Amino acid sequence: MKRIITAVVQNRSGVLNRVTGLMHKRQFNIESISVGRTETEGISKMTFVVHVEDHQKLEQLTKQLNKQIDVLKVTDLSDKAIVARELALIKVVSNAHHRNEIQGMIEPFRASIIDVSKDSLSIQVTGKPDKIEALIDLLRPYGIKDIARTGLTAFARGHQPQVAEMTSYSLLK
Amino acid sequence: MKVDTKPKTKPEAAVKTGADILVESLLEQKVETIFGYPGGAVLPIYDALYRSDGDFEHILTRHEQGAIHAAEGYARVAGKPGVVIATSGPGATNLVTGIADAMMDSLPLVVITGQVATSVTGTDAFQEADVMGITTPITKHNYQVQSSYELPKVIKEAFHIASTGRPGPVVVDIPKDISANLCTETDQSAFHLPGYQPTIKPNPLQIKKLTEAIKKSKKPLILTGAGVIHGHASDILLEIAEEYSIPVTSTLLGLGAFPGQHDLFLGMAGMHGTYTANMAIAECDLLINIGARFDDRLTGNLNYFAKNATVAHVDIDPAEIGKNVPTDIPIVSDSKAALAELKKQLKEGPDHEEWMDQLNQNKMAYPLWYNNPPEEMVPQWLMKSLYHATRGEAIVTTDVGQHQMWAAQYYSFGRPNRWVTSGGLGTMGFGFPAAIGAQLAKPKDPVVAIVGDGGFQMTLQELSVLQERGLPVKIIIVNNGALGMVRQWQEAFYDKRYSESIVGVQPDFVKLAESYNIRGMKIETQKEFTDIIHEVMAYDGPVLMDCRVLQQENVYPMIAPGKGIHEMVGVKP
Ligand SMILES: Cc1ncc(C[n+]2csc(CCOP(=O)(O)OP(=O)(O)O)c2C)c(N)n1
Ligand SMILES: [Mg+2]
Repeated sequence: MKRIITAVVQNRSGVLNRVTGLMHKRQFNIESISVGRTETEGISKMTFVVHVEDHQKLEQLTKQLNKQIDVLKVTDLSDKAIVARELALIKVVSNAHHRNEIQGMIEPFRASIIDVSKDSLSIQVTGKPDKIEALIDLLRPYGIKDIARTGLTAFARGHQPQVAEMTSYSLLK
Repeated sequence: MKVDTKPKTKPEAAVKTGADILVESLLEQKVETIFGYPGGAVLPIYDALYRSDGDFEHILTRHEQGAIHAAEGYARVAGKPGVVIATSGPGATNLVTGIADAMMDSLPLVVITGQVATSVTGTDAFQEADVMGITTPITKHNYQVQSSYELPKVIKEAFHIASTGRPGPVVVDIPKDISANLCTETDQSAFHLPGYQPTIKPNPLQIKKLTEAIKKSKKPLILTGAGVIHGHASDILLEIAEEYSIPVTSTLLGLGAFPGQHDLFLGMAGMHGTYTANMAIAECDLLINIGARFDDRLTGNLNYFAKNATVAHVDIDPAEIGKNVPTDIPIVSDSKAALAELKKQLKEGPDHEEWMDQLNQNKMAYPLWYNNPPEEMVPQWLMKSLYHATRGEAIVTTDVGQHQMWAAQYYSFGRPNRWVTSGGLGTMGFGFPAAIGAQLAKPKDPVVAIVGDGGFQMTLQELSVLQERGLPVKIIIVNNGALGMVRQWQEAFYDKRYSESIVGVQPDFVKLAESYNIRGMKIETQKEFTDIIHEVMAYDGPVLMDCRVLQQENVYPMIAPGKGIHEMVGVKP
């Protein structure tokens, strides 16, 4: 199963190595990692999307992360109401003559064109990973020259619904 | 050892180098013994040690691996961190085996490595190795010191992390310019580690569940791991076990946590455990694991491990609970605190007479056994005789192999912190240097290093330390002219194809000892051993006994790899 895990860490040298190293050692499959500073000086947050076999493995993962001295807090967001976003930059082959067509196509995705050259177009899109996948699929026929994705970052919504009112919404189905 | 040819010149009181600060910080931690080896990147540190008038000893081993295993032996026996210093590059990489060993066996170490100067870090400078990268997966924590300002705090943190919670090795990597340069200001503030707050006290509700499980149980069993020893919980464990008459078995590293000769003790469990202990695990209805990590050498095939039991697991490391064996009653706690709460809450013991009868019958029917032709030197007999000759009171270190298992089976310990062996990593070369560390921790206690002819040759250069210090370590080489444990597996699982395991050529160990000015003797018969062992143990200096034992002996009982804990072979002659 796929899970979204966040780890709040002390921003010390080696902490990323320690965390990814232990995931590697214990054979957790990392799909993406994103890291950035938080509102507190010296504290960063890592967001992982990982594949784990079962709940026992998942428990091991959070426990092993928690055990690291520089890890302050580990949260499994997977079963919570969350806001989760990823940003992608996509460079497609395009000449003047495709430009309008592409522009029209990306609009529903609220993506924007951020760079234009003689033979290419760069698009920026933000959203849930499946939305990004969908846009990439649509752009593929034009010829994709390059893609850069940040990996998912996420946090819990301000209001957590009671279990009963949770819809079937899940990012990770 | 200091060789004073010149009077000490100390930089003026106010002017200190980073290395001086380091040495002061070590002394503040009450470090008495440092194991190490000098080199380029630690020259400033060795200079500071030389100039220091602090009350400590530096033990120059003859290889960094010797230093770190000695520090491990020291830590195991003294119950406080062992301290090691090595230079950058090869000095540091020579420590790697010992760091990994300490990590697996939860031994507190503070390991100080020199590093190339910050101005050349990352340029593949002479003797540069990525010590942070190499040691990250095998340390509880590691630091590269960024400035001498933070040094005192880092050292305080390192000792705290190494010795609290689940103990483990901490590496502190110090670039040469930081130890060499003068240091004007240091951070003397107290440290705060928000990400490191071990849970020490048990949840009383979980203990309550355990008391109910005990009350209901018809077949209870306690399993002791090294966590009992680290937590100083032996006394209270004994009280509880005796009051409610609960039988006890142990992992390899838990030996000594419960008195080995006690009626309630079933012997060690696991791959070479006793029949009674392993069957007790297979059949118990309540397994109370105190500070063991359910390692595969204990459990065998997990599909057969304690399948009928409610499993309670006390561990200070939450990540160990449920890692290998599903746990019904998890108790995250220091072992002593958990047992104290249990003693408080427990009012009614189990009703389990039948179980005790069954265990006692098994003990009688299936004791450890070996054939003992009196004209031969039988290794199991050797261990048993050593036990009797030392009245079970020696501190025993072992190397890894058959002799280790025989020592575990036949040398029984009345008290904790006297059994020093490499369990998790199974490191050959551990036993002899570990004995040096153990002897330094307990100068007055008898220390015996039980080693194989193979493993001893991995670190025998440390004979120099015995010679230099006159440490009265007694070395017993269980010499079967073979890498015995490998030979045993080849006999059992590879149709006796003894590939590279019979070692015909070896040094004359007696002459070797003598070349270090150490008493050496060859022992070929039981009589020779019996005649001299008391004199050897009483001798106030090191002795090496090259005991020529039967090569073909195997360690039994044995659970073959992949088999369940009840599927032992070699249970009876
Ligand atoms: C460093 C290291 N290398 C290899 C092994 C694998 N190994 C385990 S036991 C053993 C044989 C040890 O022989 P010896 O020291 O003579 O002890 P014996 O088994 O004969 O008592 C070997 C090679 C090991 N445990 N450690
Ligand atoms: Mg041997």
